[in-house]
Amino acid sequence: MTTDRILPVAAMSLAILVLWYGGALWLNGPQAVEALNRLGDGWGTADVVRQAFAMKRPILPTPDQVAVELFQSLTGTPVTHIRNLLYHTGVTAGSALTGFAMGVVLGVVLAVGIVQVRTLEASLLPWVIASQTVPILAIAPMIVVILGNMGFTGLLPKAIISMYLCFFPITIGMVKGLRSADPLALDLMRTYSAGTGQTFRLLRLPSSLPFLFASLKVAVAASVVGAIVGELPTGGQAGLGARLLSGSYYGQTVQIWSALVMAALLGVALVAAVGVAERALVRSGPGGGR
Amino acid sequence: MPAAPSPSLPPSLPPSLTAVPPPAPFAEPGRTIVDVRNLTLTYQAADHPVYALSDVSLSIAQGDFISLIGPSGCGKTTLMRVIADLEQPTSGTVLVNGMTPEQARLKRAYGYVFQAPALYPWRTVERNVTLPLEIMGTPRAERQTRAREQLERVGLAGFERKFPWQLSGGMQQRVSIARALAFNPDLLLMDEPFGALDEITRDHLNLQLTQLWRRTRKTCVFVTHSIAEAVFLSTRIVVMSPRPGRILDVIDCARELPPERTLDIRESPEFQRIAHRVREGLMEGHSYDD
Repeated sequence: MTTDRILPVAAMSLAILVLWYGGALWLNGPQAVEALNRLGDGWGTADVVRQAFAMKRPILPTPDQVAVELFQSLTGTPVTHIRNLLYHTGVTAGSALTGFAMGVVLGVVLAVGIVQVRTLEASLLPWVIASQTVPILAIAPMIVVILGNMGFTGLLPKAIISMYLCFFPITIGMVKGLRSADPLALDLMRTYSAGTGQTFRLLRLPSSLPFLFASLKVAVAASVVGAIVGELPTGGQAGLGARLLSGSYYGQTVQIWSALVMAALLGVALVAAVGVAERALVRSGPGGGR
Repeated sequence: MPAAPSPSLPPSLPPSLTAVPPPAPFAEPGRTIVDVRNLTLTYQAADHPVYALSDVSLSIAQGDFISLIGPSGCGKTTLMRVIADLEQPTSGTVLVNGMTPEQARLKRAYGYVFQAPALYPWRTVERNVTLPLEIMGTPRAERQTRAREQLERVGLAGFERKFPWQLSGGMQQRVSIARALAFNPDLLLMDEPFGALDEITRDHLNLQLTQLWRRTRKTCVFVTHSIAEAVFLSTRIVVMSPRPGRILDVIDCARELPPERTLDIRESPEFQRIAHRVREGLMEGHSYDD
């Protein structure tokens, strides 16, 4: 059982590592050759490899460089310190989760409105879809500037950008979920002359949960993207986005990559947390899913 | 998925069933419960009108067990859905307990058993049975008592905490019968409840159903494709034919067959005679020109 799981994961990780080192050699190789040429003659292939894998500002840092940088930035300073990567991860996670929570509320409210009120479907849904065609990178600085003018800085503008990305999959999934109730089950509710509210609470809502959770996984990953995008125009005060920005200012590719790895880990952790909540709440079949 | 438990049906109802709660006080026997007059229902298909029901009249008395039998498309399910106010007739009148179907539905005059069990997969067996009681505002403690009572009545005591997917098809359908009985309606409408089950399970459930009917004296309307099932269960059999859906013959079984029936009765000449008449009626109504 466990070996069944470990083996594919291990094989995949190994393949990624091999590709990564190969890519690092391919991308950093020319620079390494240049540097060796400046030092003089008498260098071999082994020197090129060693040089390519140990550059201070490589085009593509190697996994071990990223790992060392990660370890140092996580343990070098206390967690509350501005130089600690975990501190920045916490800042990003805070705005991502706030935005996610706001997105869930907005997404669910819109979905319920669209399902329960016929006219809202025609009037609201096109706008919901149109909202997602606006590139988030273009609109994010404007949200930050406008909210800054109104006196809102820090977490709120970033959370709103996260919310903007989050609510869409939730609305779409929830609308589909609320309409997924079995026609027979709906007829059954009618034979009990159940009210609209009762039908909603006892049938439509529970049958929408599997759809909702699928959307929540997409949304929570998008909320991390939203928070990072929101951190870019704030000028790099704190957060993983700020680390990406300052890394690119100073050509610190190793710092950029370690922030990227951290963002990926954050996304995986949040999606896993949604999965745990799903298993606890959705009981609809032998495997939890239908 | 774990193997569904085999349909372990008790050979007869548990002894505790002899102590049934006092039956609902019913008026003088023979009181008309369902009165259908000149009922016609047409709907517009893609290019031509479909006559689902054409001038159907039928009167069902207190304590009757009526089977509607006929080939697909003869309107037997439609007729029952009209009685249940799930379908609106084009013309004609229907009275249920002297009220319109809508009034009767709002007063929760009938329990409906669908072709599929239509159990809610996120609710336990017991909570599926308490569903109508929850909608009707029965206090929690009473809900549980009544659900246990009904589950025992259909031979499913001890399965309260199971989820529907842990039960076999026959058991699921018995849960749905218990659910229809939970709020003690005088009228039971059953739309091919055993249609999807194997013959052995079906025989057992027929036996249980006829015993249940004899004890509770509820008025039953039963839609079926099976001649044997119809003859075994009914006091009267209504033979229907398609295009347009109409009543061909109404056969009285109560006169020739005793009210108390066992599976052996199917070997008797009386049973065979009635089954033959039903078959004749079905043949007559079946047009082979299409």
